Amino acid sequence: MLSQESLSRIDREIAKYPADQKQSACMAALRIAQEEKGWLAKEAIEDVAAVLEMAPMAVYEVATFYNMYDLHPVGTYKLTVCTNLPCQLSGGVHAADYLKQKLGIDFNQTTADGKFTLKEGECMGACGDAPVVIVNNVRLKSFMTPEAIDKLLAECK
Amino acid sequence: MAIIDAINATLTAGWKGDAGWNLKEYEARGGYQSLKRILTGDKLTPDQVIAEVKLSVLRGRGGAGFPTGLKWSFMPKAAPVKYLVCNTDEGEPGTFKDRDLLAYDPHSVIEGMIIAGYAVGAVAGYNYIHGEIFELYERFEAALAEARAAGYLGQNILGSGFNFDLFAHHGWGAYICGEESALLESIEGKKGQPRYKPPFPASVGLYGKPTTINNTETFAAVPLVFRMGGQAYLELGKPNNGGSKLFSVSGHVNKPGNYEVPLGTPFAKLLEMAGGMRNGRKLKGVIPGGSSSPVIPADMIMDCTMDYDSIAKAGSMLGSGAVIVMDETVCMVQALERLSWFYYEESCGQCTPCREGTGWLYKIIHRIEHGEGRPEDLDLLLELGGNIAGRTICALGDAAVMPIQGMLKHFRSEFEYHIEHKKCLVPREVQKAGSTFHTRMMAGAAC
Repeated sequence: MLSQESLSRIDREIAKYPADQKQSACMAALRIAQEEKGWLAKEAIEDVAAVLEMAPMAVYEVATFYNMYDLHPVGTYKLTVCTNLPCQLSGGVHAADYLKQKLGIDFNQTTADGKFTLKEGECMGACGDAPVVIVNNVRLKSFMTPEAIDKLLAECK
Repeated sequence: MAIIDAINATLTAGWKGDAGWNLKEYEARGGYQSLKRILTGDKLTPDQVIAEVKLSVLRGRGGAGFPTGLKWSFMPKAAPVKYLVCNTDEGEPGTFKDRDLLAYDPHSVIEGMIIAGYAVGAVAGYNYIHGEIFELYERFEAALAEARAAGYLGQNILGSGFNFDLFAHHGWGAYICGEESALLESIEGKKGQPRYKPPFPASVGLYGKPTTINNTETFAAVPLVFRMGGQAYLELGKPNNGGSKLFSVSGHVNKPGNYEVPLGTPFAKLLEMAGGMRNGRKLKGVIPGGSSSPVIPADMIMDCTMDYDSIAKAGSMLGSGAVIVMDETVCMVQALERLSWFYYEESCGQCTPCREGTGWLYKIIHRIEHGEGRPEDLDLLLELGGNIAGRTICALGDAAVMPIQGMLKHFRSEFEYHIEHKKCLVPREVQKAGSTFHTRMMAGAAC
């Protein structure tokens, strides 16, 4: 089950929408569940469905459609690098290569110690700050030079 | 990062970076004066508000350039429940202006939405914010709380009898939700798959109710229209292109970032403001309005002014004002391969021509890039594109095809070289040199 804290956070989301439109809180509820559990197992998706009075399949559809939901376990730190063209022109691909070498993993892999997962993302709406890396979906780091990446990795305890 | 530079800053005037986003700072630079004037000062009617916005020729800043006042006038007057939606699902590669608006001036978006809500008679509004900028979703919620506490949102706003509330909704990684009907589906808690149009959102929108959807920058400009007056706002830009515009300049320039310039500013001036070409390299081409707009070669773009009409005349689109600058180190085949992968990944899968076609387009461009292209591939790409564009529910199919058409129109010889010689016209080492990261990495020999 989701924690009491997560449930009350979800209630605050539900309150944003008309009383008969609880389903609108689905995306936020899945995000909150993912924050609590680390990733979205079938049980977490079913918990969200129960809270929002939705069919589990409808919630599963949402969880699989949006790519920032993790349907498999990820490392403590999920690093997502944008490699789309505008970022690539300012080093996005090379920043990703650098991270791959540093961590010894490819995209969609997790380090053996379970600490880092590397993902390829795209358009984060921050092309002017390229290269950009998002940490755990919510913290966007700008201008990721080799030195800045070294510093970020060192900060991830 | 804040706005780097501006000519006649109006939208971004007085911004103070992270220190200046809050209500107190916004009010100190004239914020909420337009709302007060409309609701309690001059007591403008909703029709008068719409007339002033029409006069300003404020055109939608999200990409389509549709006149804002006209869009508002489509809302049925008699409908008891209507909604207002702001599209901050800014995910068109190259675009990052709305991010700065939410970071440094969220109250201008809130004030613009309240004015729009009054004009169209909406009961509530939602701002759909790109999931990848989650920190700004949290900031927007904080700004909403400030506005609510100050009496700008909720019941009987400023004693006018007008009721309106506003909420933030976040995306979670789906480019397609920038399409307005997919965005509505997403707010309704579903997969973001676009709806058939008609009916348009002004008739059947959020929860089946009449809905107006505008871009973040459009709403942010609304208070300015009333502060300056519609006529003065129009005169900032060019006839039929009212006001100033934020341009997101990315790629091979010395100072990538956002620039506020009047519509009609020469491209050459914008490039100069962005510090010119990185390392003094030669300009090769510019994607002027986000990744889906066709590329314009260097010699043509240098003659363009940055407004909807001039860029359209050059065969492309001003779009969201995302200017992607490419220098001579870029291999256009590789650049197009990367963009095609994006559209393939982001197709929502609803329409067969797009779901299957974007994959085929990518595969063909991929094989050209990797030395396995066939002489007939270029015509095949265009033929395939013709079977996708215009045959899908939304414009993602068109968006996937337009960059290909642009590249083959202006850089066809580069693709032919690839097919014939099975390698890039631009040597790999030269391509790598275009990346600042690679240069620094090699200099530091860190790995």
